[in-house]
Amino acid sequence: MSLLNIESLSVSYADEKVIDRLSFCVNTGESVGLVGESGSGKTQTALAILGLLPGNAKTAGSISFDGKELLGAPEQELNRIRARRISIVFQDPMLALNPYLRIGEQIGRILIAHGLCGGAEAKERVIEMLNAVGLPDPERQSRAYPHQLSGGMRQRAMIASALITKPDLLIADEPTTALDVTVQAQILELLNAIRKDTALLLITHDLGVVAGHCERMLVLERGRLIESGTTREVFGAPQHAHTKAMLEAAPRIRRGDIPSPVDGEVLLKADGVSVSYREAGHGQLHAVRDVDLTLKRGETLAIVGESGSGKSSLVRAILGLIPMRAGTVSFYGETLAKEAGARAAKTRRDLQMVFQDPVGSLNPQMSVVDIVREPLLVHEPLLTNAEGVQRVSEMLQQIGLNDVFLGRYPHELSGGQAQRVAIARALILKPKVLVCDEAVAALDGSVREQILDRLRALQASSGLSILFISHDLGVVRAISHRVLVMYLGRLAELADNESLFTRPQHPYTKALLDAVPVPDPNLPRKEYILSGEVPSILTPPSGCAFHPRCAYAVSRCARERPAALGTNSSVVACHRADELSL
Amino acid sequence: MITISTASNAIGRARVSRLISISGGILVAIAVIAIVVPWLSPNNYLDTDFDNILAAPGLAGAHLFGTDDLGRDLFVRTMMGIQVTLLVALVASFVSLVIGVLYGAIAGYVGGRVDAVMMRIVDTLYALPFIFIVILLMVVFERNFLLIFVAIGAINWLDMARIVRGQTLSLKEKEYVEAARLTGVSTPRIILRHIVPNLIGIVIVYVTLTIPQAILVESFLSFLGLGIQEPQTSLGALVDAGVNQKENAAWMLLIPGGLLALILMCFNFLGDGLRDLFDARQSP
Amino acid sequence: MVKYSLRRLLGAIPTLMVVVVLAFLLVHAAPGGPFDSERVLPEAIKENIDKYYHLDEPLPQQFFRYISNVVRGDFGPSYRYRDHTVTQLIAGSLPISMLLGSLAMLLAVVVGIAAGTVAALRQNSVVDRVVMAFAMTGISIPVFVIAPVLVLFLAVKLQWLPAGWSGSTGAARLLLPVISLALPQIAYIARLTRASMIDVLASPFIRTARAQGLGTYAVIRYHALKPAMLPIVSYMGPAIAGILTGSVVVEQIFGIPGVGQFFVTGALNRDYTLVLGIVIVYAVMIVTMNLIADLIYGVIDPRVRYR
Ligand code: SF4
Repeated sequence: MSLLNIESLSVSYADEKVIDRLSFCVNTGESVGLVGESGSGKTQTALAILGLLPGNAKTAGSISFDGKELLGAPEQELNRIRARRISIVFQDPMLALNPYLRIGEQIGRILIAHGLCGGAEAKERVIEMLNAVGLPDPERQSRAYPHQLSGGMRQRAMIASALITKPDLLIADEPTTALDVTVQAQILELLNAIRKDTALLLITHDLGVVAGHCERMLVLERGRLIESGTTREVFGAPQHAHTKAMLEAAPRIRRGDIPSPVDGEVLLKADGVSVSYREAGHGQLHAVRDVDLTLKRGETLAIVGESGSGKSSLVRAILGLIPMRAGTVSFYGETLAKEAGARAAKTRRDLQMVFQDPVGSLNPQMSVVDIVREPLLVHEPLLTNAEGVQRVSEMLQQIGLNDVFLGRYPHELSGGQAQRVAIARALILKPKVLVCDEAVAALDGSVREQILDRLRALQASSGLSILFISHDLGVVRAISHRVLVMYLGRLAELADNESLFTRPQHPYTKALLDAVPVPDPNLPRKEYILSGEVPSILTPPSGCAFHPRCAYAVSRCARERPAALGTNSSVVACHRADELSL
Repeated sequence: MITISTASNAIGRARVSRLISISGGILVAIAVIAIVVPWLSPNNYLDTDFDNILAAPGLAGAHLFGTDDLGRDLFVRTMMGIQVTLLVALVASFVSLVIGVLYGAIAGYVGGRVDAVMMRIVDTLYALPFIFIVILLMVVFERNFLLIFVAIGAINWLDMARIVRGQTLSLKEKEYVEAARLTGVSTPRIILRHIVPNLIGIVIVYVTLTIPQAILVESFLSFLGLGIQEPQTSLGALVDAGVNQKENAAWMLLIPGGLLALILMCFNFLGDGLRDLFDARQSP
Repeated sequence: MVKYSLRRLLGAIPTLMVVVVLAFLLVHAAPGGPFDSERVLPEAIKENIDKYYHLDEPLPQQFFRYISNVVRGDFGPSYRYRDHTVTQLIAGSLPISMLLGSLAMLLAVVVGIAAGTVAALRQNSVVDRVVMAFAMTGISIPVFVIAPVLVLFLAVKLQWLPAGWSGSTGAARLLLPVISLALPQIAYIARLTRASMIDVLASPFIRTARAQGLGTYAVIRYHALKPAMLPIVSYMGPAIAGILTGSVVVEQIFGIPGVGQFFVTGALNRDYTLVLGIVIVYAVMIVTMNLIADLIYGVIDPRVRYR
């Protein structure tokens, strides 16, 4: 008999069905992946199992755990199962942990509440557990508050709280989505290593995560189970069209069809860009230090890095949105003013940007037509009203939205539609350079793929150059011609797509590549998992900022900062770049 | 049982809109009656009717709300009190609106040091026993009608300034404002098209919540005899008179007191309701 | 925490300074001296009086004399109560006002938090509706209306409780004044508690706690209570200000010989030193309460403390 048996489960709110006759089971000790895009009902399933659905949810069907029915069970009975038999790890540990209680207190409370042991023993067991999940100095950390830990450490503490009762089933709901790539790899490793005979139900949108960590998988689409089987089966021969589409859209860094390098004139050139902020109580924060880059006509240059790498600050400084402390930017060989406001109108219309948050980048009080037309009002004031609307309509058409959307307001748009509108606004002036700051990060796989296609098509037809900021290496692999890798505000490596992904020269690049979950269960898991997390940008390590985490570091690395050396097409900042073969 | 419901929000929203229309309707009705009816009434707020001193309220006599200890018609006096109370509250709220929005918007938009200093000042002022300073002001400058407006407005602008500043600060960082700056949209146009429309909602909410506070301060001062002067009157002054006569003429206390409470309650409901609606729109 | 407390303490000083300077300047900007209104005094006597009250000195000198006296607890002579100093007047009336105020505050906090919590836990139930309707009424009826109405019905009509202060003794005469003072604060705190409790209960870390199998009581006791109390802690300063304001009215209505009474009569009689002294005492109380609230806030919220 299986441990968890879900039979024809339905969940609905008012007249909306979020889960529709879902059936699956989880056996003792196995790991099952539950995959789906946003709105597919993954999280609702997890909440239903634990009886945590909001009061207005209507449920039907059966959830039986170890022979006991959980659906509709009284609160007291559920409380005997929660934590003791079934635990859960939520997505964002910053939100899921109580910010007002010390880590040790809130984990120990679970033991005490379930009558498993007294206060003194609980303290000991918590420290043991924190040690087991890899928190350095667990005794001290157990007295820390959540905000005093880094993101990765917080998620480790969350995992400790879920496993301290040795439950039979662990539900992990997007446990690594809020974390940096290199940390994500560590956490997934930890989950698998530490759970022992605890069964795992891993909820994720990332097929790579499932491929690497689950024996079986289930695919959900709009509340329905559309596919299930062993991970190898599903990846090898997907049955359902949506599964196929998801697999298609899954970002792969080992793919064949990558954009071939372009050879155009250099449009945009940045030299020695540095950006610093004044941080209250900490003095200067050097977000970007001495970065050079060039962008050719018709080329996509990707800028890659984890949190604190300074990638956003770099492009904002290039665009003149934030002050540059040092450096110059030239466009068509002409040096630009540092402030966007001081630049010629001609330049301003040639440099446009698309932001990460699709909804936040549209003024909620303006209709789509007004939003997209605003740049025209500034730069082509002689256009009549009708001509303006005509241009907007054409632009929307190009980006895949019809005229129905003209009168809509941002809150009436989906994430993908809103991002299309933002792209239309950026492109209506026919700029030469488009800067995309994590422009597809908030979108689901299939929508992301459509938007990337549009961008590629526009580039092919108009010779648009794109500066593409992303933390997602799969997307970078698919869209960029060249890639610039940043670490703690400095350039680590710059190379063309193919060589960067197949022959990385910098140990950090190598680590990033290895940390990306590969959506293929047949490929071996990475060899090299980076330890530790990105240090605070306020206190960057000496010498090579990467040295505390670098597996190849030598004593010189801590003393001397490596210079960024190389040719126009390939630059690397590592003392050992020549001797290492990564 | 802890229930965290989303569906009840939909029901709640319907209830909220109903509350808004009811309380708004009552307020408009009160204002219209208070302004129009004294014109039509045969009585005047000054005239004393010596045959009817402390006459009880009733439909039969000439005095709907009865008369006071000088035989003045309480209905007309109450309506006049409402006029004065509403006028003081509206003007005071307007004063606090202007100061608060300007101060908050400047602090928020300029940011940096200027903002830090300006907000430090607000923090300091917050801890002042304002009402007592206003009383001091009233004592020193001899119950000046204009001064009441200014003084009350000067108390209430702090909240508005804080809220507007916070909102401006976050609006300034919004990506659509960055996009506009990048395209070269002029600063006045950015303020007009992108900042102001997104500020208006919250400002309206807080003005609505400021009005009852202003009413309270004015009626408090008048009650103490430091506000409006006889023979002019306001609801606070009428309550004061009513307190002294409460044992022989309870209506002198209950009618103006009840109306004052009703007006305050309507404004509170209105402000609460608008805030709920606004919050709901902010987080879809 | 020590650093945080020190910073808060230092932050309170400018506020007090502003109050004192403002109040002092206001009083001295008054058109005409304190004795103008009565009768025209011979020049010589006026000079003597001015000398006695140091009114002949330049303003800064008067100010510093006043400040150094105040620090030593001397608020100077009263302009009206000729044979009393302001310090004597305040010291004589403060205990009863303090008693009233603290009782009202205690009542407001206990009843307000309890009612608000119950309403939040039974959100949208009948209990919730009743509590909230009561609270809305409470914040909408000013103290100077509710106090006489309570007197009218409970004391005059029903004769359950004494109507005034002087006519009776014992704890019974405290009841109506304390309730009148506390009512608006109860209402406000109940609303605040309910809103913040609902907010906290909807936060993700409460969901975590529930997923950990903690019962409703444990969830509230260990996870929700502290954060839900934060807005109420912040409200303590304004609450004390509200109670002080209310006490001015309540003392007048019930004829209680407290500081509030002196304040009003002082204000009406233009007894500048008395009014100035009381404003300073009030300011000290409010600033102290704000300071205490800040410190409690720091104890509850670790993120504030380490900032
Ligand atoms: S310079 Fe040293 S520490 Fe830095 S990446 Fe190269 S080997 Fe590693």
